[in-house]
Amino acid sequence: MSGPSTYVPKSGFSRWMDSRLPLARFAHDTMLTFPTPRNLNIWYAFGAILTVMLGIQIVTGVVLAMHYVANANLAFDSVEGIMRDINYGWLIRYMHANGASFFFIAVYIHMFRGLYYGSYKAPREVLWILGVILYLLMVATAFFGYVLPWGQMSFWGATVITNFFSALDQIVPHMGSSIATWLWGGYAVGDPTLNRFFSLHYLLPFVIAGVVGLHIWALHVPGNNNPLGIDVKGPQDTVPFHPYYTVKDGFYVALFLLVYVGFVFYAPNFFGNPDNYTPANPVVTPPDIVPEWYLLPFYAMLRSVPQKLLGVLVMAGSLVTLVFVPWLDTSKVRSSRFRPLMKQFFWLFVVDCVILGYCGSQGADASLEMMHGMQLPLVWIARLGTAFYFAFFWLIMPLLGLIETPKPLPASIAQPVLSPAE
Amino acid sequence: MSTTTAPEPTRRDFIYVATGAVAAVGVGLTAWPFIDQMNPSSAVLALASIEVDISTIAVGQQTVFTFRGHPLFVRRRTPKEIADARAVNVSDLPDPLARNENLAEDAPATDANREQHSEFLVVSGVCTHLGCTPTVSTPQVPQGEFGGWLCHCHGSQYDTAGRIRKGPAPQNLAIPKYSFLSPTRIKVG
Repeated sequence: MSGPSTYVPKSGFSRWMDSRLPLARFAHDTMLTFPTPRNLNIWYAFGAILTVMLGIQIVTGVVLAMHYVANANLAFDSVEGIMRDINYGWLIRYMHANGASFFFIAVYIHMFRGLYYGSYKAPREVLWILGVILYLLMVATAFFGYVLPWGQMSFWGATVITNFFSALDQIVPHMGSSIATWLWGGYAVGDPTLNRFFSLHYLLPFVIAGVVGLHIWALHVPGNNNPLGIDVKGPQDTVPFHPYYTVKDGFYVALFLLVYVGFVFYAPNFFGNPDNYTPANPVVTPPDIVPEWYLLPFYAMLRSVPQKLLGVLVMAGSLVTLVFVPWLDTSKVRSSRFRPLMKQFFWLFVVDCVILGYCGSQGADASLEMMHGMQLPLVWIARLGTAFYFAFFWLIMPLLGLIETPKPLPASIAQPVLSPAE
Repeated sequence: MSTTTAPEPTRRDFIYVATGAVAAVGVGLTAWPFIDQMNPSSAVLALASIEVDISTIAVGQQTVFTFRGHPLFVRRRTPKEIADARAVNVSDLPDPLARNENLAEDAPATDANREQHSEFLVVSGVCTHLGCTPTVSTPQVPQGEFGGWLCHCHGSQYDTAGRIRKGPAPQNLAIPKYSFLSPTRIKVG
């Protein structure tokens, strides 16, 4: 970690322990005295919020696994049993289901925060890429988890997503279908599929926890970025993590959990799809199949391309693109606060993601009612949205760094914080 | 004596290379069972063929059977639906191949190559895009422009011979191996 350790063991036992397994020293240096920029705002609390959400998901998930049965004939009923018969089963399942949604709300804010303040730029590229890996692991975990209740959306979501691989048939004949059959363990999504998805759903959160460890390690080497995007120049720019950020993070964690439990208690099915309370039926696809809300923008990109392989590649490309962001941004300035053009394009990008999400939530042939009874097919809006998504990363980001004149940067973090407002 | 030759391999070099080779082969051999266990088990592969009675299907109606975990459509076409399917020029089709397991792989997608009985059309009910079950089109409730099927997931449209006409699906609906045991009974698989 950064700087020499300031830990001083006080008791005989802690001295004995410190020369054998210096756990207390590690905790002291990473969680108590770690020098943190003094100007972090609310948007920097989402790392702590995400850690708490991961903890909630693991604890509720381990409990649910004690009552859930991973069998195509019993899974749906066992989930209903959790809801009706198990003591507080309804609470624990609603915490888990809504916990997934709030996990994604937090991760999206965390990612947009990173984009806005340029937190991916040198020397934090590896930190950013670990974040992209964490996001992909979250998507995979959420997908496996959504299959487990074995409702209609579970079944058909699993069918559509595993069929993405069959698009590879268009490159090498039969390759994609063989992969799909391998994933299913049969000719279609069925009992073997459910069992392996349960196994992976239990495994991946611990993989996530491991990568979170690497993510925090990669954060603690260069230290936090901050809303000004300038480097820490000396001790006057930082405060110790405890008590300053333990309290600040703790406050925002409490606020976030307040909203979360509000949904758990008063609108537990707000993020869910009623079709998933119908048991899986392998011969009837529900009329409108949609993924969970957090995947809608990617679903819209998939559907905006009228060719199977290209559609799958575009969707995969939209995720892979994130890995290259540290090198696509050519600006020397990190924070959008000092980048007048980037600031505007950033908000356009946020709006674009919301529009894509809306397009993904509507039926495949939906259209918008325009003036004079004109119909504007949503697929065209989704196409424009997809084009802007890729243009933002591959055109706008590299070009802005060359043509934009950033505003002057403050000399240090301490200066604008301590000097009076004009 | 030349000084540029590599030093004579020692016994330690030999052990090093031999151990590495054994480890590499061992890892490869051990990995395969862990990969192959995911493939369909013998019990799944042993799924028998099915025999179905099609005499109860009225003209203009479709019955859905389950074959190997997937829906299987048996549709009894009206004279107009047959005529529509035959009127199409194969060169206008996005997928010109019959996709019929009873025929050669390169058979063209003519209506004749898609059926064994002009009225009864037997096709897999799995959309070739991402595997949803398409909805059948009837004169009362048309689905799509081609009178066959419409897949609601991503908007693929099939005609009355189960051929892809519009949308993201790349292929015609597959036709599994089947045969008529009698005029009212077919065996699939």
